[in-house]
Amino acid sequence: MKVYIRDEIAVRIARLAADLLESMVDHNLIVNLGVGFPSMVSDYLDSPRVFFHVENGMLGVGPTPAPEDEDIDLIDAGLQPVSETPGCAYFDSADSFAIIRGGHMDVTVIGAFEVDSAGRIANWSIPGGDKLGVGGAMDLISGAKTVVVAMSHRTRDGGSKLVKKCSLPLTGNRPADYVVTEFGVFRFADGKFTLISTGDDVDIEKLQKITDVDFEVSEELKRLQLNV
Amino acid sequence: MNDYGKIMSAAEAVSRIKDGDRVMVGGFGATGTPHHLVDALVDSGKKNLIIISNGPNAVGEGISRLVENKQVKSMIGNYYSWNREVVRAYNRGEIEISLIPQGTFAEVIRAGGAGIPAFYVETSAGTQLAEGKESRIFNGKEYVLEHALTADVALIQAYKADSLGNLIYSKTARNFNPLMATAAGFTIAQVEEIVPIGSLDPNAIVTPHLYVDAIVEAKK
Repeated sequence: MKVYIRDEIAVRIARLAADLLESMVDHNLIVNLGVGFPSMVSDYLDSPRVFFHVENGMLGVGPTPAPEDEDIDLIDAGLQPVSETPGCAYFDSADSFAIIRGGHMDVTVIGAFEVDSAGRIANWSIPGGDKLGVGGAMDLISGAKTVVVAMSHRTRDGGSKLVKKCSLPLTGNRPADYVVTEFGVFRFADGKFTLISTGDDVDIEKLQKITDVDFEVSEELKRLQLNV
Repeated sequence: MNDYGKIMSAAEAVSRIKDGDRVMVGGFGATGTPHHLVDALVDSGKKNLIIISNGPNAVGEGISRLVENKQVKSMIGNYYSWNREVVRAYNRGEIEISLIPQGTFAEVIRAGGAGIPAFYVETSAGTQLAEGKESRIFNGKEYVLEHALTADVALIQAYKADSLGNLIYSKTARNFNPLMATAAGFTIAQVEEIVPIGSLDPNAIVTPHLYVDAIVEAKK
């Protein structure tokens, strides 16, 4: 199975996730993109009906500004400079999470370390590591209407990040609805994974061999051109 | 312009803080952090502080300076990974840190300011962060009981104040600042500009003056 470099993985995940989100736009779509791979999805999505939210208090987040237009008062949840879009709005952190907790957030696209065969997500803590923080992950996973995990398919050692049972601390009780990796989009429903879209260069049998959870293949499997 | 006696220097304002106080500090990263007030707290040398903030700021800046200067006993917040020195101090057992999911962190402060002692929330149910907390099933889902947070003093940052203490904010620098203003016994606002009473649009005021005890003018 081909091993992609990190930049290729990022672009493939972003294209697959953007295609998935586009298929959901039957009304104005309120979307929160997490840091890392998820943050790149907006580069491949150009719809006037998709509105990006950040936890630190903004709806209608625009692209990275030119260096001369950066404003210390205008950042995203990864502390990166962003810009305004027409119709954007600011609010405090409690209102920002009321949007999430109150069931008003259509989609969260979030990174993860592991997703298991029950769809459960581990994405906030590696015991013994040098990180200490939880961010908004637990709020987003429990509150968003649709949870999309965007992560590389394999660990640095080549192991599957789709696992039988999470070994790392869980982020919540709520399972993922979709998992997007560089090899495809897996829908999780009724307790099982189904591959619903993939790259035109992906060998499904080989993909099954490197994936530690069972998945079915949709009869309407979508093949996308993903190469950079 | 100081008819209400709220306008003062940073040193004078933070002199209200005592050793062992619970101090809320607004901001998300550097954005919305009242750096001038935190620097004055470093200069004051107050010790055994309990700092309630989203995170610790970068090494050598803001809240991190309080930790580096051994003025902090414990921290309550959400995300510390951006500051290796603070994570190391925690791993060495020099400070205690209690993690709260970001939305719950915002809401326990809001509740603290609104007189709500505790509430149930789905966030963190089934995770390590819910261990030891009461939980209850509503409509078939598990919810965790979270207790409100209050503080002795809040240090916040806003864009403009009038001399009575009404505040408006700038963009995403608002974040936790208006919440913390309501949840402390004494709230100090660092603002970029103080304007005369009546010159802010009442429709635009986010924090009404009753929450603000001291106003310090400083460029961010």
